Amino acid sequence: MKQETTLSYRDSVHHMGRIWMAFALAMMLAVPLCICLFYDAWPDPAGLLKGFFSVAPIFWTVGVIEVFTYVPMLGTGGSYLGFVTGNLSNLKVPCALNAMERANVHASTEEGEVISTIAIATSAIVTTVIIALGVLLLAQIEPFLESEIMQPAFDNILPALFGALAVVYVSKNWKIAVTPLVFMIALFVLVPSLASSVGVLVPVGALIAIGVARILYKKGLL
Amino acid sequence: MEFNPNSGFMYVLVAIVIAFVILESVVFLVKAWRRGKELGMDMKLLKKTVGSSAVFTVAPAVAILLGVIALSKALGFPLPWLRLSVIGSLTYETTAAASAASAVGVTLSQEITDATAFSTIVWVMTLGIVPGLILVPVFGKKIENGIVKIKTKDHRWGEIFIAGLFLGMISAFLGVVFAHVSEGLDGWIPVFVMLSSAVIMLLCALFQKLTKARWIADYALPISLLGGMALSIPITTLVHSIAG
Repeated sequence: MKQETTLSYRDSVHHMGRIWMAFALAMMLAVPLCICLFYDAWPDPAGLLKGFFSVAPIFWTVGVIEVFTYVPMLGTGGSYLGFVTGNLSNLKVPCALNAMERANVHASTEEGEVISTIAIATSAIVTTVIIALGVLLLAQIEPFLESEIMQPAFDNILPALFGALAVVYVSKNWKIAVTPLVFMIALFVLVPSLASSVGVLVPVGALIAIGVARILYKKGLL
Repeated sequence: MEFNPNSGFMYVLVAIVIAFVILESVVFLVKAWRRGKELGMDMKLLKKTVGSSAVFTVAPAVAILLGVIALSKALGFPLPWLRLSVIGSLTYETTAAASAASAVGVTLSQEITDATAFSTIVWVMTLGIVPGLILVPVFGKKIENGIVKIKTKDHRWGEIFIAGLFLGMISAFLGVVFAHVSEGLDGWIPVFVMLSSAVIMLLCALFQKLTKARWIADYALPISLLGGMALSIPITTLVHSIAG
């Protein structure tokens, strides 16, 4: 019986998510279309193609990778909402992971699903409010935000975020973590230019971690 | 109609989409909340999740706001505001806008007043980010079923598999922190910041054990994030004074 209710809840989230996603896609495409119609300014085809081909190869690849790596982590509701509201790796995914860790629930269970969705929804609302307030109060806060003293703080947000997250996850799974960590550090030290395509390397890290985990698990070491 | 990236029309467009996204977030939040109640989850836990997620979001959201401000010089406020509140991400939008601008022969260092250039940039930024919106509805269920299959076959391995995914992501983002170490002491600043944030996280765990105060554990991540960011200021000053 429990299995059935589990399935029907997930199914209802999928159903709802697909409808919202279709609207979101339509709205995203409607924005440039409205701009073109309103200003009677249609994009220059050569520029559009050139721009598109400079962006699509890397970002479409990252987009596909993000779907396959983040959907299992975020659960059904979290994925639909996370992919619409954006800022996944620098905000939504760490936020959901932390919330599930604190609540002591696992992704892919229904409790995990509930916690992840609540975390991502809250994060999306707070982000929207902060950006709106920031734009409205820009004159007051810009000197502070753009002061030279504050620059290191904003330049180092990702190291500060992942340093703290690593303590939680690496300490819990250090046997699995060592190999992908050493590999990634060595890779980025040797080829610094890869920093701009870190999104593509997430699944590489995941494959290494899962491969190592499989070997350790088979040997009964986990 | 004369084009202006900060026109009232642009603000109205953006307001509609942002209102839609807030509405979607609220609908999903309510649905998950109700489901949590049905499952008999502790309501305090759900409230705490809202509180700690909200606090955690503040610093990254301010960083995103800085992205909006940076892009607003060329694209006006409405468009970056929209793109960074919905679907986009800090890393993506800046790169996409710069690539699109150079493709139409303009730069992002001054306001774009040509409507054609602007609309081309908007289209490129939009088309570049479409995959997630299409792939999640198409493949989301299949991916989940795959995970469910793994877990039904061997529950413990299913948990380890997901932990492997987390660790893959975390190791890639930790690796990036070391990308500039070959440039000298300056390049080590992100590494020092990462380590300080990790130390604060450990201290939070220690204090939590000593004082038994649950709130420390709930807010450990935002505390470490803000602590790491705050410490990056003296770390940078110190490194610059040593490196000259």
